[in-house]
Amino acid sequence: MTQRTTLDLVDTSGPPTAPSTEVASAHPSLILGEHSLCPGCGEPVALRLILETLQELGVVQRSIGVVGHGCYGSFVRIMDIDVLQCLHGRAPSCATGIKRVRPDSVVFTMQGDGDMVNEGLQEVLHTAARGENVTCILLNNGVFGDTGGQQTATTVLGQRTKTSLEGRAAAEHGYPIPISDLVASLQGVGYVARGAVSTPGGVAQTKRMLRRAFESQLAGEGLSLVEILTMCPTGWFVPASEGPGYQSESMETVYGIGELVSRRGEQS
Amino acid sequence: MSLELLSGSVAITRAAITAGCRFFAGYPMSPFTGLLEAMSRELGPAGGTCINAESEIEGVNMTIGAAAAGARAATGSCGQGIALMQEAIAEGALNETPFVVFNMARNQQDYFQCTRGGGWGDYRTITLAPKDIHEAVEHTQLLFHLADLHRAPTILYGDPLLAQTLVGVDVQPLELDPLPAKDWALDGSLSGTGRSRQVWTWAMGKATDPGLGPDGHWRAVAEKFDRIAEQEQRHEAIAVEDADTVVVAFGSAAKFAEHVVEELRAEGHRIGLFRPITLWPFPGAALAEATRRARRVLVFELNAGQMLDDVRQWAHDRDTVRFVGGVSIGESGLDYGPLLDVPVIKQRVLAALDLEPARS
Ligand code: SF4
Repeated sequence: MTQRTTLDLVDTSGPPTAPSTEVASAHPSLILGEHSLCPGCGEPVALRLILETLQELGVVQRSIGVVGHGCYGSFVRIMDIDVLQCLHGRAPSCATGIKRVRPDSVVFTMQGDGDMVNEGLQEVLHTAARGENVTCILLNNGVFGDTGGQQTATTVLGQRTKTSLEGRAAAEHGYPIPISDLVASLQGVGYVARGAVSTPGGVAQTKRMLRRAFESQLAGEGLSLVEILTMCPTGWFVPASEGPGYQSESMETVYGIGELVSRRGEQS
Repeated sequence: MSLELLSGSVAITRAAITAGCRFFAGYPMSPFTGLLEAMSRELGPAGGTCINAESEIEGVNMTIGAAAAGARAATGSCGQGIALMQEAIAEGALNETPFVVFNMARNQQDYFQCTRGGGWGDYRTITLAPKDIHEAVEHTQLLFHLADLHRAPTILYGDPLLAQTLVGVDVQPLELDPLPAKDWALDGSLSGTGRSRQVWTWAMGKATDPGLGPDGHWRAVAEKFDRIAEQEQRHEAIAVEDADTVVVAFGSAAKFAEHVVEELRAEGHRIGLFRPITLWPFPGAALAEATRRARRVLVFELNAGQMLDDVRQWAHDRDTVRFVGGVSIGESGLDYGPLLDVPVIKQRVLAALDLEPARS
């Protein structure tokens, strides 16, 4: 009872007068400010996982990010990481140039599905085939979120978008591209996995995947790719609260979650 | 001094390595291919990397990455391939990454492409057009210097003669002024300190340290190109002081035109040559001065008249300007046709002087 009484005495009618130490320390120090993405968006979750992973691996001060174009492009402003923002689709090529001249750096790309799988399909495939020792992170929400919800190469069959109003039909729009499976089929990759941030368990699993991907780069195993399925309630035209459920029922039933390639421990 | 018999492609490669180039990426396309092959042979032993990229688009974006990380980097192709690179060249101009583009062109039809660009935004590209391989060796080194000095992509406008001819050449380092440190280059060392860097066309800065933003940044870039336009004009004027006829030509064609002018001078004609060395910035004031006393300004270039626009804009009296060049492509489509020939050029110049009728 005494405990309950103490708790009941906390004044919740306004914000706390001093920030909670616990909350402050949980805020990743590599995030410099507030993001401007929509409520319910999965991309800020992914960003936090990426930055926490770099911190935990102790490689922050040799990390260089390459960011493509999409809603997540605004992360350039809030990531306390050296960043090149490049043209739509070209991040793996730019990362190649950086890594070749600075082999000791930890180089990662962040791209959306429109960026990587539409415009930049060639770049990521060739970068994987060349075995470039960089980590590519795909934030896959199955639409062009930034431009307002049009169909991309990863939009699943049946999904309604602004350019497939009756739902994506194979006869009219073709089939979605499972990019991680394509990349996994190539020699030159050290680690390929697909995670999702729609559930707490998925977030934890995705974090482990990111760690393994960066460890793969540090071990010099070739290209590592983590595809992260992220919610885009705005582009999907669903309420923010329904984003995770919608993602679980649509994308996650089409694209399998899990590791596709893991060379850790293999003798090269 | 020790002369070595080298193709232009190899000589330019040696000059690039001498200038500190340590990254090169390109996709084969004749007559650029020889440069890519030479780079792939010689850059590795020099401690650099050459990537046979899977496309021009990948090659130029790899180059942006290497340049953003602080390396002296270059790419190249010829006309059609450079067209594919234009988006990235514009990006490099607007996000201020310095690198060199070798356009080992098939002919002189890339003048607009080099001087006007085909990308987005208010940018220009410093373009040098050497008349021969010896000058190309100097220009190559100068272009890396100018790229770093101004933080902008630069272009060497070559051609098949420059790429494939063999000459005795001695590649010596140019003495150039010291450059500011590349403290903007990405190396990760400031990540996690609150002072991390960004290379970004929009230059919006970090949340804790807002940058200029697109309006301020793009104004600053535009002003920079205005300054470059003032500072970097280069030209050569031969015997223009008393000339009543001035021939204007660039690149390899200028070397042929120079020979014609020398012959006609020897025959008693008051004729001179003006050669823009920088195609952009175009040496307009110098052309105006060189043509101040001329009754005729004859433009010889091997295209349908692209530099003609600039000459008309800057000649002292635009009504004196006549075009004596033209499209002239070899059977293969990969080199020059019959107009690049001293007797042909001489006949065209004489016809324009009203001394002999044109027969072509
Ligand atoms: S449009 Fe979609 S991807 Fe973009 S911020 Fe909003 S929810 Fe996120």
